Amino acid sequence: MKPAPFVRHVPATVGGATDMLAEFGPQDGRILAGGQSLVPIMAFRMARPAHLIDINGVAELARVSRIDNTLSIGATVRHAAFHRPVADAEMGRMLSTVVRHIAHYPIRTRGTFCGSIAHADPASEWCLVASTLGAEMVARSKRGQRVIAAEDFFEGIMSTALAEDELLTEVRLPILPSQAHFGFYEFNRRAGDFAIAMALVTYRVTDGVIAEPRVGLGGAEARPRRIPEAEAALKGRPLEAKTFQAAAEAAAQAIDPIEDIQADAEYRRELVRAVTRRALERSVP
Amino acid sequence: MTGKVAITLNINGRDHAISVEPRRTLADAIRENCGQTGTHIGCEHGVCGACTVIVGDDPVRSCLMFAAQADGVPIRTVEGLAKGDTLHPLQRAFMDHHGLQCGFCTPGFLMLATAVLEREPNITDDDLLDVLASNLCRCTGYQNIIKAVRAAAAEMRA
Ligand SMILES: Cc1cc2nc3c(=O)[nH]c(=O)nc-3n(C[C@H](O)[C@H](O)[C@H](O)COP(=O)(O)OP(=O)(O)OC[C@H]3O[C@@H](n4cnc5c(N)ncnc54)[C@H](O)[C@@H]3O)c2cc1C
Ligand code: FES
Ligand code: FES
Repeated sequence: MKPAPFVRHVPATVGGATDMLAEFGPQDGRILAGGQSLVPIMAFRMARPAHLIDINGVAELARVSRIDNTLSIGATVRHAAFHRPVADAEMGRMLSTVVRHIAHYPIRTRGTFCGSIAHADPASEWCLVASTLGAEMVARSKRGQRVIAAEDFFEGIMSTALAEDELLTEVRLPILPSQAHFGFYEFNRRAGDFAIAMALVTYRVTDGVIAEPRVGLGGAEARPRRIPEAEAALKGRPLEAKTFQAAAEAAAQAIDPIEDIQADAEYRRELVRAVTRRALERSVP
Repeated sequence: MTGKVAITLNINGRDHAISVEPRRTLADAIRENCGQTGTHIGCEHGVCGACTVIVGDDPVRSCLMFAAQADGVPIRTVEGLAKGDTLHPLQRAFMDHHGLQCGFCTPGFLMLATAVLEREPNITDDDLLDVLASNLCRCTGYQNIIKAVRAAAAEMRA
């Protein structure tokens, strides 16, 4: 249970980090952010990186800032930064509701938002938030900078569009419009475990009916995504049990569930039906 | 290349100048290099919380941090809780409320609760439960740990 030997590099700037990634990325080098996913897999020897580029000392990556209608989250911002609302109204409330479901308090003091996105566990809460809201990921390398949309970023189980020389410097989350509502529900067996299935919904109400619905599912498929069939079942409908049931049914039918030791496909489909309905029930103002 | 690096761990106010490989976890360095064996190691992959210590102001899993990352940062472990013969209110409350049996998990729970109560003296019961759910205990069934921390929280506020 001890990690294999590696060389540790400690950049002070983003430029320093991308120079190191250009050099060591091809030699089995990796970024070390919070270490809350990487160190356990190194302890199990499921990963034996030869080089770790420890970005925890890069001051410019530690910021959360609001730019127009997006919230920019730097690469070393910890999960714990979201315990208290970092934005106004529902946006801040949504993030501080969701963060409670990520691991445990002493893991949230180290683990980072961007580390979760780069790690791309299908059951990561932040990956679900990024997919549902339509986040943009900013990737920097010696070759330059590119911005990747959430639907192109998550490619599968722990697999992303990031190249081996790219640092995820920032995630840009669109801020929920004023008067938006949200609901989140996660099913797992013990507090702090990864979700077996979870749903995040957002929408506005105009003239008594649902407008701009978004329904995101995580933990159910190889990557989190929005479910257009469930959104169609909500759009233009009144907020009532019948609507929620129809959307939950549409979500359950639309997914291609993963199977693992925790749940087979049929059970996951049942859970998706339940978490979608419960997220919707929790969203009611 | 993967050779040892010289670092200083400041544990409970005392500097330990040590030489460790980059892969040395903080938990191992505290125990093996600095001889402070109050910090326990259960799972070595972040699940049990037995290794919880306070780094800076944050409670962390010391098995998931490398020792070199804590170079120069003040670290607090269970050995630093009592003042001479006077136990910390949390330590006394764990005794009074039977919050421990074998004691393996206790240093982790004590450091977790210390960090959180110092930061949030008026923490709600719900939030406290969420915090205490972080660590595992195979003996007590948790109820007495929760009672002990609630009692200490009340005493520390008074
Ligand atoms: C007991 C336990 C329970 C957990 N439960 C949950 C849970 O319920 N939900 C959940 O979402 N997570 C959970 N986690 C994981 C935790 O949230 C991690 O913090 C997170 O997955 C990774 O973030 P990190 O900063 O720790 O990244 P690290 O562990 O440092 O890195 C993870 C991976 O991402 C890469 N990486 C990190 N940052 C960057 C970057 N900026 N650019 C490029 N690559 C990068 C690393 O090279 C590595 O491959 C749990 C962890 C533990 C130990
Ligand atoms: S030994 Fe660190 S969490 Fe179990
Ligand atoms: S007292 Fe034995 S594990 Fe907690």
